[in-house]
Amino acid sequence: MRLEARSASSRMAQLLAPFAAVLITLLVCALLVAWAGAPVGRTYALLFEGAFGSRFALSETLTRATPLVLTGLAAAVAFRAGFYNIGAEGQLYVGALAAVAVGAQGGSLEALPPTLRFVLMMLAGAAAGALMLAGPALLKIRFGVDEVVTTLLLNFIALLFVSMMLDGPMKDPLAMGWPQSAALDPQLELSRLMARSRVHSGLLLACVLALAIWIVERFTTFGFALRAVGANARAAAFAGLPVARTLILGALLSGALAGLAGVGEVAGRTSYLTLDMSPGYGYSGIVIAMLAGLNPLGVILAAIFVASVLVGADSMSRAVGVPNYLADVIVATSLLAILVAGLFTRYRIRWSSR
Amino acid sequence: MSELYDIVASSAFWIAVLRIATPLIFGTLGVLLCERAGVLNLGIEGIMVAGAFTGWLAVFQGADLWTGVLVAAMVGALLGLVHASLTVWLGVSQHVSGLGLTLLAASLAAYAYRVSFPTVSSPPTIEAFAPLEALSAVPLIGPALGAQTAMTILALMLVPIVGWTLQRTPAGLAVRMAGENPAAVEAQGLSVLAVRTSAVMAGSALMGVAGAFLTLSAFNAFFFNMVNGRGWICVALVVFASWRPGKALLGALLFAAFDALQLRLQQSSGLLPVTLPYQLYLMLPYLLSIVALVVMARRAAYPQALMKPYRKGER
Repeated sequence: MRLEARSASSRMAQLLAPFAAVLITLLVCALLVAWAGAPVGRTYALLFEGAFGSRFALSETLTRATPLVLTGLAAAVAFRAGFYNIGAEGQLYVGALAAVAVGAQGGSLEALPPTLRFVLMMLAGAAAGALMLAGPALLKIRFGVDEVVTTLLLNFIALLFVSMMLDGPMKDPLAMGWPQSAALDPQLELSRLMARSRVHSGLLLACVLALAIWIVERFTTFGFALRAVGANARAAAFAGLPVARTLILGALLSGALAGLAGVGEVAGRTSYLTLDMSPGYGYSGIVIAMLAGLNPLGVILAAIFVASVLVGADSMSRAVGVPNYLADVIVATSLLAILVAGLFTRYRIRWSSR
Repeated sequence: MSELYDIVASSAFWIAVLRIATPLIFGTLGVLLCERAGVLNLGIEGIMVAGAFTGWLAVFQGADLWTGVLVAAMVGALLGLVHASLTVWLGVSQHVSGLGLTLLAASLAAYAYRVSFPTVSSPPTIEAFAPLEALSAVPLIGPALGAQTAMTILALMLVPIVGWTLQRTPAGLAVRMAGENPAAVEAQGLSVLAVRTSAVMAGSALMGVAGAFLTLSAFNAFFFNMVNGRGWICVALVVFASWRPGKALLGALLFAAFDALQLRLQQSSGLLPVTLPYQLYLMLPYLLSIVALVVMARRAAYPQALMKPYRKGER
């Protein structure tokens, strides 16, 4: 048995790959559901119903998808440049922290007009996320330090830093000793998109950004450089493209997107920052980017898929008693499945030895 | 300064150093084996969680402790086979496959824990490895050694065994060739894919044992998040160790010494002129790992074929 490169990868196969991956994932995970002693069909039906079955379910799925679109974009942009940013979780938290620092009630910036303060809050969150990725990007370019390990380690450092701030200078004195920040100024909160739900305008912002990045990647010289550097950095350098600058800009953009995910969560959903705000949105972003084939518009769909699994699993778990960790297993399995499915769009198996 | 000396001279300090170093030694040797064969294995974080859980579960259900260690090793090898199938046989991105494996193994362990123990509020415990008090009689290092369990001794013994196997046996030569010049392996009539798969499985088994140390020796129960980045630290330590088992031991001990020191400093507040938030101390291990990476990066002699998939007849 050997793999043989296909002469051309069909558009159809590329579009079908994520669906094939999800199908395989659901088949594999059916075994786990059966092991837990629950009826497989009913479990999946409940999962689907819990994600899309009612107005409330749908609104919860869209709320959950909002940060996931942004972390998915963060991963997609960085991976496109061949820069493996695994630190979106930490960048999300420092983004949220910066947003609270600018926008919390009783802060020193309260005198500013709300619109200016809102813009400042967004910029601060994006800048904080971007800044966190500047270090790993420089270390990669200057010393050849693998960015995967540095960004992974920085996640822990970022979370401890946020914990330190919430225990110290940024702690809400009214929070009864609970490590949580002061609430955001209500004027700075993102508006609701649907009445009687938690869907907020952060979702619109995320989708607009997805479209913007799609346009940048497709129609600008920076987008071309990004793709060229990601495909083959040496060839890009030989062709005279500014490899280091492209990598840095791509990394900063990626970090900023993850930071904005944090701002969106604080300003749109929780209104204050706690240490359990994100159940691994940063890591899910990697799965989303891969499912989307790194396409920024595909990220929106993939984020809705992952959000639906997370939301649906919660209500499914209450109904049939299958642990809601099934959602994490489904998300992780779909990452491995899309890797294989993506491979078979580019290669075919030859069973004969020659 | 004399207080600092008191800390470092105390046997309690060295007991802590060896205890912290043990899972790092297992894990670092595991990563080293995979990488010497040319395969980056970021699945370590998840494999450690899976090893910690399955090893503990086996013992909880009545197996003896060494059977628990064996179960963890086998689960690790099995997960290693998944990684090898994807990266060695199919040649997909080693970064992404490893991360996927980590997510999968960690979430599977959490899922299996909840299916097995749906209602428990506090984690069930087992009778963990007991310290080998007979070793206290060893001169000089006896007090530190006598407080350790057999798993620490196993880790220390594995260092020369792995080093000797890599440097002095045909199997070790094949592994190193697979990581440096896979075409040379093929020229010897061996299969690169088989050599790499075996190395990844063996390395992943060690990662599973690293996890099992946490539940069977360091603690006596399984908690979520108990691995807490130790796997990633091992990946950094391998670069620091220039892919050599002896230096890996040194790196793990050095790292553990810093970690033990920060624990001491945290507890004895009078030592430093200012009281620092405890989070700063906890950051230290991760910061140190990054520093180690940067310091060694210039001199790092990566295995030449690391992260390069091998396909027969392709250049």
